[in-house]
Formats: sequence, C-alpha cells, structure tokens
Amino acid sequence: MIIRKLSDLRYSDVTPKNVYLTHSLNRRRFLTAGAAAFAGLAWGDTQKLNATIKSPYSTTEPLTPIQIVTGYNNYYEFGTDKADPAKNAQGFKTSPWTLSIEGEVAKPKTLDLDQIMKIAPLEERIYRHRCVEAWSIVVPWIGFPLNALLKQVEPTSKAKFVAFQSYHNTKQEPLATSWRAGIDFPYVEGLRMDEAMHPLTILTVGVYGEVLPNQNGAPIRLTVPWKYGFKSIKSLVKIKLVDKQPPATWNMANAHEYGFYSNVNPQVDHPRWSQARERRLGDLRMRPTLMFNGYEKEVASMYTGMDLRKYY
Amino acid sequence: MLKSRWTKVVLFVACLIPGALLAWTVYSTPFLANPIEYITHTTGDWTIRFLLITLSITPLRVIFQQPQLARFRRMLGLFAFFYGSLHFMTWFVLDKWFDLHEMWKDVLKRPFITAGFTGLVLMLPLAITSTDRWVRRMGYKRWQKLHRAIYFSAAAGVIHYYWLVKSDIRLPVLYGVILLVLLGWRYFHRAPKPARARQPVAG
Repeated sequence: MIIRKLSDLRYSDVTPKNVYLTHSLNRRRFLTAGAAAFAGLAWGDTQKLNATIKSPYSTTEPLTPIQIVTGYNNYYEFGTDKADPAKNAQGFKTSPWTLSIEGEVAKPKTLDLDQIMKIAPLEERIYRHRCVEAWSIVVPWIGFPLNALLKQVEPTSKAKFVAFQSYHNTKQEPLATSWRAGIDFPYVEGLRMDEAMHPLTILTVGVYGEVLPNQNGAPIRLTVPWKYGFKSIKSLVKIKLVDKQPPATWNMANAHEYGFYSNVNPQVDHPRWSQARERRLGDLRMRPTLMFNGYEKEVASMYTGMDLRKYY
Repeated sequence: MLKSRWTKVVLFVACLIPGALLAWTVYSTPFLANPIEYITHTTGDWTIRFLLITLSITPLRVIFQQPQLARFRRMLGLFAFFYGSLHFMTWFVLDKWFDLHEMWKDVLKRPFITAGFTGLVLMLPLAITSTDRWVRRMGYKRWQKLHRAIYFSAAAGVIHYYWLVKSDIRLPVLYGVILLVLLGWRYFHRAPKPARARQPVAG
C-alpha cells in the first residue's frame, strides 16, 4: 500500500479557493435546530429554513452566486461601499426583534421573531432584483406574501397606502448619518395598497435556504421585484397603514431622480443615466432591461392609464 | 535625493502600482461582483488623484523651495493621462463594446459623461505636446498657455465624479476642495502684470 506523501501532492490537487470558501461557508452556516433557536443565534450561525414551498412566481433563470448576493449590497446604514455592509453588519443584533403593524387596521399587532416566522407558510421566491444603478441579480428569497399579514390585521376602508420603516439605532449603526450617506435615517418606504396586496410582494425572511444575513436586511425585509431595489426596504420594524402617500427615503433625498413608484421601466431614464440596459452581475455584456423587471404580465394592470413618465 | 536619476525610476514604478494592484485584485478576488464597475471606478479615482498630484508640484516646489520637484511633473501628468485612458477604454470597450454610436449618444446626452469626456479630450493635446521638442517648437510661453488646460481637465473630472455618485458626495467634494486649494494658490501667486513705463508729465 502506497500512501501519498505530502511532497507527492501537486498544486493541481489543491482545492480551488472559491470551492473551499463556498463549502466552508455553507458548513459553518448550517445548523439544524428548531425555531426556538432564533432567540439565541450568535454571529456566524444561521439557520436552515425548512420545508419551503416552491412558487409559480419563481423565475428559472440562473441564480446569482450567494457570495455576490451576500457580498455586494446597498445598505447605507453600514457604509456606502458595496462591500461595506457584509463587513460592518457582522455585529448587528437582530434578536430580539419587534415588528409592529399599526395605523388604519382593525387588529394592530406587535410581533416577535418567532411569531414573524409563523405568519404564513414559507415559500421560495426566485426573483429578479434590479437596482436603480442598472445592475441586477437573481435571488432565491424565502418569505411569504405581505397580503397574508395584512389580511390578519384587517385594514380599514381608510387604508390607501402602506408605510414601512427600517431599524435605526446609532449605537448599532454608527455609520448611519446623513452627511455620510446622503440620505436620512430611519429608512422609510411606501406602497400603494394594491401594490402591497399584490401576490408578488413578499415579506422576506431568508435567502438561499437560510435566514437572511445581516447585510441583506435581517431579520425581515420587503421584496417588491417589479420596482427598483431601493423600494425593497430592509430590517423592518414598523408597517403602518395610512390614507396618504407616505414619505420614501430616496424620494425625499432627491425627488427629481427617485419617484414614489419607481417601477422598473427601460423607457424612463434616470435623469443622469439610462435605464434601458442593465448589467446582470456575472455577465460580461449588459442586457436590455425589461418592463416592470419582467413582471409586466403580473403587475401592468395596476398601472393602466397611468402616465409612467410622470409617475416615475 | 531629488536630483538623482534613480528617483525618477522609483517614482515611475510607484505610479504603476495602482494599476498593478487593480489587475491583481480583479484576477485574484473570488466572486468579485462587478469587476467592470470596479475597474472603471478605480481607474477614474487614480486619474483624478494623479491630476491633483501633478497640480501640487508647482506649489510644493515654491513653498519648500525644491526646484528639483519640477522634474517629476511631466511624468505625473502623463500618468494622469494613462489612467484616464484606461478609464475611458474600460467604459468604451467593456461597457459600449466599441460602439461609437452608443458612445456618442452617452457623451451628448448624459451630462456627467460629457464632463468626463471633455476632461479626457483636454488631456490629449497635453499628452502629445509633453515632450521637450514640443516645448521648443511652440516656445515656452505658448506651451505654458496650452498646458493650463489641465486646470479645466481636473475641474471636469471632479464635476464628472460629483455628477455620477448617487448620494455619497464626500469624495468628489474632497477632490473639489483640494483642487480649489491648488488653483487658489496659483491665483494668489500669479505673476504681477508688468508695470507701465512712467510718462513724464508734459510742461
């Protein structure tokens, strides 16, 4: 029997770095535990989300590698470079967490993490995600339709819009200052009631089979795939049903460039750059941008008759 | 040390380091999400930096009374043009895919690209006339007037950067402030106009 000596190993025997990183990353993040483990999750541990339903709304396009989805982020509370959130959000404590649903509802609620995970059966939604900066990714989100939660709180007839608010705490997010980021905090967003009730709109609690990493908006975020990514507000703490169009952070920062609706639309350019094409991360060439990010069939009816150039 | 010919060699190599580091990072980083954006951004950053470094030679030369510093100005300016060309080529090749028509559409329609393109175009005659021979051909006075275009090139670069960032304006503003200081110094140290010859009063 010949046992290979260390000196027999050649460079070609070495595991390629990206394979090693993926393998060790996934192993470290794998934890089989019940939902109760949520409360005691330490940094670096994540939980595998089991038994998620496949959705007909998922796309069959190739997924963007997890390293990009979790390493290239716009989350200005943790820095304005794309690599900053993955670095700086490591210590962000997402447990305990409170999500309050209030405003024009008959049954306002305050939920903790455990309750959040039980609102509705978890689905896998593989969505295209299109940033206003003209890059895009394909992400296997895990979540449930926002309308499942809204139905539980019973909106009144006065509820015309849904306002969202993100977590903001200067101790946990020391970089979340407006002179650094150019936007104000806490981050807020809003949807029209029909957009919020639409089956495509989800509350997202996981990605790639596990709970959301901090840099992706843990523990719960919104995902509205037919709009520019900045409307998919992260780390939700408050959902309020209101009767007037609520403020939205990027719209407040620069109303000329970022509208309330922000539907993905190749025919309506950003004032400073074109929206006709986008770079799918991982591709070499840019590709044409699709109307409503390719969800035209599902959402166009909400906007018939609306001037999309005026209501950008 | 400033008089040694080796200083220029060392400086030349140092000026190449940002480019080498960029190439290395792109080659060796696993899952670099948006390499084209990274290359464009980094080469653009170094274009402005080298423009500002070049513009700082004259003030430093005067303030610290080191005339030898002038030896390095041409090389630094040419490196600004080098990184600027890389920056433009990255955009023209990897973004526009050699499509001249698409390129012109952007140059004419997107103000920040107009500014950037202007800044680069202004550097071109400076790069061409950077040699001693051209200084002799043009005469120093005319040559110096032409090379003042670097002020506008640098300003165009800062404006280009300011107009393209989404909301974090800190770096463009910082570069702008540095540029203002460098140009301001020149304004306050400009050569006084020659005094007019005194005419004797008639009668």
